[in-house]
Amino acid sequence: MLKLALLLTTVALPLSAGEIWVTNEKDDTISVIDVDTLEVTRTIPTGERPRGITFSQDFSRVYICASDSDTVQVMDPTTGEVLYDLPSGEDPEQFVLHPDDRHLYIANEDDAVTTVVDTQTRTVVAQINVGIEPEGMAVSPDGKVAITTSETTNMAHWIDTATQKLFANTLVDSRPRHAEFAAGGQELWVSSEIGGTVTVFNTADQTEKGKIRFEINGVNADLIQPVGFEFTPDEATAFVALGPSNHVAVVNAKTLQVESYILVGRRVWHMAFSPDHTKLFTTNGVSGDVTVIDVASRQAIKSIKVGRFPWGAAMRPTKG
Amino acid sequence: MNHAIRTMACAAMLLPSMAVAQTDVPIIYLRAEVEQPPVLSNLDPVPQDLGLAGAAVALKDNLTTGSFLGHAYALEVMSVAPGGDVLAAAREALTRSQILLLDAPAAQMLSVADLPAAEHALLFNVSSGDANLRSGDCRKNLLHTVVEDAARTDALMQVLVAKQWQDLVMIIGPHPADAAFADALRSSATKFGMTIAAEKAWTFDTDLRESTMQEIPRFTQDFPDHDVLLLADPTDDFGRYVEHNTWLPRPVAGSDGLHAEGWASVIEAWGAVQLQNRFEDDHARPMKSRDYAAWLAIRAVGEAVTRTNSADPATLRAFMLGDAFQLDGFKGRALTFRTWNGQLRQPIAVVNARALVALAPVDGFLHQRNETDSLGLDQPESGCTAFGG
Repeated sequence: MLKLALLLTTVALPLSAGEIWVTNEKDDTISVIDVDTLEVTRTIPTGERPRGITFSQDFSRVYICASDSDTVQVMDPTTGEVLYDLPSGEDPEQFVLHPDDRHLYIANEDDAVTTVVDTQTRTVVAQINVGIEPEGMAVSPDGKVAITTSETTNMAHWIDTATQKLFANTLVDSRPRHAEFAAGGQELWVSSEIGGTVTVFNTADQTEKGKIRFEINGVNADLIQPVGFEFTPDEATAFVALGPSNHVAVVNAKTLQVESYILVGRRVWHMAFSPDHTKLFTTNGVSGDVTVIDVASRQAIKSIKVGRFPWGAAMRPTKG
Repeated sequence: MNHAIRTMACAAMLLPSMAVAQTDVPIIYLRAEVEQPPVLSNLDPVPQDLGLAGAAVALKDNLTTGSFLGHAYALEVMSVAPGGDVLAAAREALTRSQILLLDAPAAQMLSVADLPAAEHALLFNVSSGDANLRSGDCRKNLLHTVVEDAARTDALMQVLVAKQWQDLVMIIGPHPADAAFADALRSSATKFGMTIAAEKAWTFDTDLRESTMQEIPRFTQDFPDHDVLLLADPTDDFGRYVEHNTWLPRPVAGSDGLHAEGWASVIEAWGAVQLQNRFEDDHARPMKSRDYAAWLAIRAVGEAVTRTNSADPATLRAFMLGDAFQLDGFKGRALTFRTWNGQLRQPIAVVNARALVALAPVDGFLHQRNETDSLGLDQPESGCTAFGG
């Protein structure tokens, strides 16, 4: 393995150099994985119960939801130093950075509220009442629409970012966990963990366009629970984490058909691509590791031990 | 009505943020208060609001969802003092709502279900684990969100089988409920191929609290060797004093020690912490199984109203028993109703005082339909025909 790692280092192209930052929910740390050596290079302490993680557009700042510290921490990714905390509302779980690189939309899981924070003035701009246990957060590429999904109310709440008010609420299957815009913003995808489906909406009129269902030989349907998902840059393919079924589904984003399933670690949550999109890193909560998937061959190629209950993942490019 | 019926309206409605035609969903929680027999210890009194607190949390959950859809839920509690006229209260309740949660002994529950005024009502059993209510004495208008005793004892046996702790002995308390729980333990032991090698009746009539170290070793000394000592003491009288006082160093299970519950405060995963927090914030105590059963009943109503946009009991019942119904109960699987007896199919937590040991169905216990049906009365075992089975 050492030899392999060395070999990978020597042949690595500068273009692909980067890191995957993984939040360890039960260790209050971040594990930083080098995408070339596939080793953990740093472990950085955070606030309590880190979950959502995202970088600013120039990667000079990393935002971390420290759920049990009731704050969003802002860290300098080169030093690992927490620079300051943002007001976030109670129990921030997931968030999304608006394309203006300035406003964070934060799901406050215990409060049935979405909080909008201005990261420059470090103030709360708005709080929007949503359903019980808000979790999934997304913002459209044009920045006009933000989405919060609520796990117990089973809805996607559509927020007009100009007024910070709800303009639609659409029902999905049980326990929606994650939302992403797709097809250049024309579609909204929402995963339902207990319902076992991903619902695809037309953004223009919030109507349902289709629904993705999953089936894995030898795995009880109850345990196939879609949570996090990511699209390839051409948005032709989606990788969907299926929780306690320990598989990631590869979905054709045009036909909404599943093309294959990849066996990963136990209770897979979220994922992030390497900078060149040749590798996909999944967080596996129960087994406490990260699975590296080779995107071209759709095969798992390595498991990397991280901290306890890895949850969120985000990519940071580094100069090679 | 001679006996006091305490009525309180819990909540009305939130203002719908996007007003559409409003649907009103009144729900009544009817409780027949029961005198508890005296127990040795007062360390864990039964909460006054047991069950009711869970209903109140679910009402808030439903109101939030309803505020987006124009659905307004209301919860009224009717509590009948011990010896009071439960049937009269039920008749009165049914004039105001056809959706009732019943927190009462099995016999009273059946009398309510058999009232002519309840024929088309939607009733939920939130308190009784009685096997007959899911078998020969099932009723078409009575669904069960509380877990059956057999599902709890099956869950416990699955854990013992998985650990290969196969040789069992049992101590049984003097109350009818203790005997019924012992029956459930015996049936489950047989179902999973275990043997209960010896049983002893608990006969002490002294206050043991200061002599447990002398008395309980002697009492358990003549048991044949075993892996686990089972306790059938659901009354919670003596069970707490047995563990660590046995003649042989053996784990205790059943109604104390390792035990199976519909809900327990040690459940953390599957988002359960959110529900635990909501409950404790409002009620300043941990959520218990009966609270959870009441929470489930009102959430099931909420889910059905949300999806059907109707408050008609027949429409809601049909939806709940159909394929499209799925309830998230914070136990990692979608909860659905068994179509043969109206029991809500759900995982069972096997716990000790400090942690979740396993969430049954335990890995490896397979079932042709749904692994959760390895717990409790499966279709071939249930004598229920009222559901058209």
